[in-house]
Amino acid sequence: MKDVLQAESPALAVTEDARHSRGAIGRLVAVREAGIFGALVALCIALSLASPYFFTLRNVFNVLQGMSTIGIMAIGMTIVLIAGGLDLSVGSVLAVGAVLTARLMTYVGVNAWLAAVAGLGAGLAFGLVNGLLVTRARIIPFIATLGTLSVGRGLAFLLATGPAGVASNVPMRDAGVGFLGAGYVGPVPMPVILMLTLDVIAALFLANTVLGRQIYAVGSNARAARLCGISVERVLIFTYVVAGGLSALAGIVSTGLLSTASTNLGQGIELDVIAAAVIGGTSLSGGEGSVIGSLFGAAIMAVVRNAFVLLGMPLHLQTMIIGLVILLAVGLDLRRR
Amino acid sequence: MTPSPNVERVPNATGGPLLLEVTGVHKRFGGVLALRGVSLGIRAGEVHALVGENGAGKSTLINILAGAVRRDAGRVVFAGREVDLHSPAQSQAAGIAVIHQELAVLPTLSVAENLFMGRMPARAGWLERRAMRAASRDLLAQVNLDVDPRVTISDLSLSQQQLVEIARALSAGARLLIMDEPSSSLTDHETRRLLELVRQLRTKGVAILYVSHRMAEVFAVADRITVYRDGAYVDTLETAATTAEAVVGSMVGRALVAGLPNEHRHPTETILELRELRRRADARSGAYVALDGVSLTVRRGEIVGLAGLVGAGRSEVARAVFGADPVDSGEILLDGHQVRFRTPADAIRMSVAMVPEDRKALALFLEKPVRWNVTMVRLPALARAGVVRRARERALVLEQVERLRIRAPSVETPVRALSGGNQQKTVLARWLITRPKVLILDEPTHGVDVGAKAEIYALIRALARDGVGILLISSELPEVLELSDRIVVMRAGRVAATLDRSEADERLVMLHATGASV
Repeated sequence: MKDVLQAESPALAVTEDARHSRGAIGRLVAVREAGIFGALVALCIALSLASPYFFTLRNVFNVLQGMSTIGIMAIGMTIVLIAGGLDLSVGSVLAVGAVLTARLMTYVGVNAWLAAVAGLGAGLAFGLVNGLLVTRARIIPFIATLGTLSVGRGLAFLLATGPAGVASNVPMRDAGVGFLGAGYVGPVPMPVILMLTLDVIAALFLANTVLGRQIYAVGSNARAARLCGISVERVLIFTYVVAGGLSALAGIVSTGLLSTASTNLGQGIELDVIAAAVIGGTSLSGGEGSVIGSLFGAAIMAVVRNAFVLLGMPLHLQTMIIGLVILLAVGLDLRRR
Repeated sequence: MTPSPNVERVPNATGGPLLLEVTGVHKRFGGVLALRGVSLGIRAGEVHALVGENGAGKSTLINILAGAVRRDAGRVVFAGREVDLHSPAQSQAAGIAVIHQELAVLPTLSVAENLFMGRMPARAGWLERRAMRAASRDLLAQVNLDVDPRVTISDLSLSQQQLVEIARALSAGARLLIMDEPSSSLTDHETRRLLELVRQLRTKGVAILYVSHRMAEVFAVADRITVYRDGAYVDTLETAATTAEAVVGSMVGRALVAGLPNEHRHPTETILELRELRRRADARSGAYVALDGVSLTVRRGEIVGLAGLVGAGRSEVARAVFGADPVDSGEILLDGHQVRFRTPADAIRMSVAMVPEDRKALALFLEKPVRWNVTMVRLPALARAGVVRRARERALVLEQVERLRIRAPSVETPVRALSGGNQQKTVLARWLITRPKVLILDEPTHGVDVGAKAEIYALIRALARDGVGILLISSELPEVLELSDRIVVMRAGRVAATLDRSEADERLVMLHATGASV
C-alpha cells in the first residue's frame, strides 16, 4: 500500500530517497529511543563482565521487578510531560491509592477488588483535580501539583489512622489483589508483566490515536493546537487523570508486593519518575518524548542501582552516578539535535 | 529599484542646526533589503514626523537609532559627532531615547524604581529612598503626571506608564525622543494629552521623532514630515506647506501593479455577515477598543480584502469570527443563521477556516512532520474508533503536497526545515482538506518568496471560483488590490470605507486607512 502511494508521486519519492540514503544503521540511530537503548545494552554488557551474577534470570527479573513502580508511573509522567505539563504529586497519589485500598480491605472489610477499584478511583480523582487546577484555575503545573503533593501525603496519613488512633502501616493480605504485586506467571513477576503491557498500550495509543497525536500537538504549540480546534483543556486534564490513575495502580501493586501500605510509600519518588522520563529523551518543555524511552530510562537507573549492590560499592556513590547519568543523557540529547 | 535622488543630501531645506543627521543608511535582513540608503535630518527642538506604509523601513531605522540593530552602511551624526550605536547603552549615553509601541516597564516594580532603574541614588550601597521619591515627583511633574511614585507601575493605565517612560528618558538626559506609534493603545483623550506634552517638550528644546501613520496627529504636532517608501527615502515636507493627501500620495507613490483581472464571477448569496462586532482589548481598564462596531459581508465566491494599517483591528476581526477571541456584542451570521462560536472548534464544525498571521507562533508544530501539520485539524475524520488510518492519512497528504506543490524532502520532514513559502502552503493544505465555506486568510504571503506567492494567489482565486467566501487580510496593498472583489478599509477598530474593486486604488485605500480623507 505504501509503495503504491509513493509511486503516485514520483518526484517526491525520488527526493525522499536522496535525503534518506543513510542506510539501515543510520536510520536506526535516528530513531529516538535507539541511543538510550544502546546505552542500556552497553551498561548491561559491562556489568555482565564485571559480575557473574548480573546476567542470571533471577537477577534480571529482580531488576525488572525493582523498577516496576517507577516504570508504571513513568508512563503517566511521560504523557503529562509530552503535553507540556508536570506532575509532582505522583508519589503522594501512589500512597493515597495504596493506603485507601488497604484500609478499605483491612479496617472496613470491603471486598478486595472493590477496594482496589476505589484506590484506583482516588488516583483518577487526584489527576482530575490536578488537571482542573492547571486548566481552569490556571495555576502553573509545578505549583498546582506541589500543592496536591502535600495534600495527598496528609490524606495518606489520615487514611492510615487505624483503630488505635495513630497513623501506622496498614496491612493488606488478599491473595487476589496481592497477586498484582507479589504474583508470578511462570518465572515472570506480575508487576513486570503489568509494566510492560501498559507501556506497549501507551506507546500504541500515543502513536496511533487522534488523542495521542493531540497530546503531542498541545505540548508542541498550544496556541496553534487551539486554532486547530483541539480542546487544549480537555487534553491536558486527560493526561493528568492518566498520571493519577497509573500512580494509584503503582501504589496498589507495591502494596501487594509488600503486604502492607506504608504512609511513607513513594516519598520523593516523583524525582526518580521525572528522571526516568528525562533520561529516556522526554522534553520538559513539551511536544517530545516516548513512553518506551522512559522505560529504558527507568531501566538504566535500576541497572546502575543493581550494579552497586552486586559490586558492593558505597550507596552515596550510587546517588551521585545517577545524577551524572541524568546530566549526560540530557546533554547528549541536546547535542544530537 | 531606482536609488533615491536624495541619498547624499541631508534634507534640511530651510536651515537650522541639525541634531541628528542620517545619510545613506542601508540594512539587509537575509534576502530582504529593509533600508536602501535612507536619510533623515532632525533639527534641535523640532517635532519631526516619520511616515510610511507597513514595511516602509520606519521600524528598522528606529532600531538602528536605538542601538538594537546595526546598520550595514551609512552615517549617523548626532549633535555634531559621528556615532556608532553598537548597543542600546551607547545610544542612550549619546542622548537618544526610544519609547516603543510595546512599553518596556518592569511591571512588578514601583514607579520610582522604574524611573531610576540602573542608576538609583545610593550611599554605600544603601538606597536613598527618600531622595529617589522626591526626585521622582519632580520628574513626573515634567510630564504632567500626578501619581504616587511608590505605587506599582502595572497598576497605572497604559497611558500613564507611557508617561513614566517618557519621564525616565528625559531624566536620563535624552535630547532626541523617538516615539514609535505612541497613540496606538491610547484613547482619544489620552492622545490629546500626549500631543500636548509633545508640544511642551519642544519648547524645552527636546527634539522628537514622531513615528505614526495617523495623519491627524502628524498634522497636529509635527513641524516637518519625512516620508519613506519600500525602504527608501522619498521626501521631507514642511507641515505648514503640505496637505494630508499629498503626504499619503508620496507614501504610496509606486506605480500600480497591473493585476490580472479577476475571472468573471458573480458572487450573489451572502455567506458571512458581521453586524456591529464590538470587543474591548483590555477587559480590566476597558479603555482601548479593539473592535468598535464592525459590520461587513462576504458572499459565496467572493474575495473581500480587509485593508488597514497595523493595529487597525483586522486580525481582531478574523479572530472574533473564528471564535479565537470572545466578542462583547454584535452578531455573526453564517449562511443567514446567527452563530456564536465560543472556540475555534465550533467554527471549524461550521466549515469556517482561518490561516492566522505569524504561522510559526500560531499555526505550525515546527518539530513535527509535514504530514502531522497537514492533518491536525482533519484527524478525527481520518480515524476509525479514534485510531488514525495511516494509509488514508498519507494518501491525503501526498495529494495535497502535489496539488499545492509543497517542496519538501519528504512528508516526514519536520516543517521547521521548510522554506517560508512551503510552510505557508502546509498551513493552507491543512485548511483546504476541511473543505471550508468561509476561509479567512491573515497575511497569507507574509515572508513568502515571489514564486510561492504567485502560486498562493492562483490558489486563492481557484478557491473563490469554487464558491468559497474569502476574507483576505493583507498589509500589502498591491496584494489586496490584485485579489479582492471588494475592499473593506479599517481604521482604529472601525470600518472606514468599503470600496469596490473598480473604484479602489492604493491612494484611496491609504487615505481611508490613515484618516487623511476625513
